[in-house]
Amino acid sequence: MSAFHSTKPGFDFSNANRNAFLEGKGVKMPKATSTGTTIVGCLFKDGIVLGADTRATAGEIVADKNCEKIHYISESIRCCGAGTAADTEFITALISSNIELHALSTGRKPRVVTAMTMLKQRLFQHQGHIGAALVLGGVDATGAHLFTVAPHGSTDKLPYVTMGSGSLAAMAVFESGWRPNLERAEALQLVVAAISAGIFNDLGSGSNVDACVITATETEMLRNYVMPNVRVEKERKYGFRRGTTAWTREKVRDLIVSEEIRPIAVIAGGEEMDTS
Amino acid sequence: MPDMSAIVNPQQRQFNPYAENGGTILAIAGADFTVIAGDTRQSEGYSIQTRYAPKVFRLTDRAVLAVNGFAADGNMFVKKVKQRLEWYRHAHAKDMPLRAIARLIQTMLYAQRFFPYYVYNILGGIEEDGTGAVYSFDPVGSYERETCRAAGAAQSLVQPFLDNQIYFKNQTAAQGSPHPAHLPLPDVLSIVIDSFTSATERHIEVGDGLEMYIVLARGRTLPDAVAGLRPQELPSAGGEKVFVLKRDLKKD
Repeated sequence: MSAFHSTKPGFDFSNANRNAFLEGKGVKMPKATSTGTTIVGCLFKDGIVLGADTRATAGEIVADKNCEKIHYISESIRCCGAGTAADTEFITALISSNIELHALSTGRKPRVVTAMTMLKQRLFQHQGHIGAALVLGGVDATGAHLFTVAPHGSTDKLPYVTMGSGSLAAMAVFESGWRPNLERAEALQLVVAAISAGIFNDLGSGSNVDACVITATETEMLRNYVMPNVRVEKERKYGFRRGTTAWTREKVRDLIVSEEIRPIAVIAGGEEMDTS
Repeated sequence: MPDMSAIVNPQQRQFNPYAENGGTILAIAGADFTVIAGDTRQSEGYSIQTRYAPKVFRLTDRAVLAVNGFAADGNMFVKKVKQRLEWYRHAHAKDMPLRAIARLIQTMLYAQRFFPYYVYNILGGIEEDGTGAVYSFDPVGSYERETCRAAGAAQSLVQPFLDNQIYFKNQTAAQGSPHPAHLPLPDVLSIVIDSFTSATERHIEVGDGLEMYIVLARGRTLPDAVAGLRPQELPSAGGEKVFVLKRDLKKD
């Protein structure tokens, strides 16, 4: 059986050699959508606040002005993703799925360390080729936890974290504003300030602020919590007069198909058609 | 014992004197005016170096130059062009005509053929016959007179839009009303503004501010629709008039 039709689980590497050869010959490879990104997380009195901007880029072009970077892992665990958009979406969906199965088989609510361990093991296995830089946060039976997971699989456990191209801008805000036992509103405000620093000072980040507040009792996803970059109205209308587009040929086809049905008389003595 | 490793294993070192500082410029010529515009963001990589670095410069009462690419080269080039124009004034007691400035820029760019100014120039203004003109250059001096031109980071986004809206490319005219050769000033200004707001939406290196220079031919005045936008008039010796119109662009 050829590699192309392989049913083996996991990634299919059958094009790797061909693509390396083509690239060596100077063929341009397609650009993956990268979430240039500012993502952050911070610990507060009752739990975790996660934050993310909503710009996705392909090089210097903005691919998506309002994408979602805070991914669902479980009811009280969420994960922000930076790096290759597809990798963050898939790794997050995969671990979310495995966490759900794990919760079902153990009969317990999943823990943040479990998700973190699953993520780092998977990322290490692929030696950095899965380009996902993550901020993982949540609340479980053992309390509130916040991690970063780098593409090669290393992890950090810290009270406030930032990742992505806007991580320095965001961390500057955390370093000046974070303290232990923040109130919910204060923590949310700090996260908004950190993401805003990324949005306005890092070209890879932009558009809106998404936030997510996780406590022991509930998870609040605050999609587009702040929208500081609404597009201004255009000066002109760009409608085109009917008949603007030139055409070379015109063909009008009748879409109504009319059929005449004529029943054929059954031939005497002939075999009847089986219509059962 | 001297270090012989460099002889055994030759190593190549390189210094790259150039940088790419983003931003976009654009110019559109009308029948008796020209608009020359540029955003004011200067960036390197993912960082903003400044939100206000002008890329558009007035050279004479009827010539405005927009420079985009490597900012350091751009500033130096404008400085040298201005110096040559001053020498011309001292020698001839008049401003150099636009088409002569265009040829001067070509010569100055080609003089650096093997260590080029890493910049794209767009020169706009009024010709001696009173018509609006735009000249666009490549970094080593190839140039051409056109009706409109966009250059810089978002050239690939803006030029097709201009081709469609200014040159009416891919638009068949209605029976009995052919496309105009030149648009009026208010229409041109709104197209310029829309070009930049749209480029800001989809290009990460475009934004912060917009500076539009309007050069009016001798004896022309601003239409009311444009005067209402309160453009700043720059001092001139009479004859042609130069105005600057500033707008904010998104800062993300």
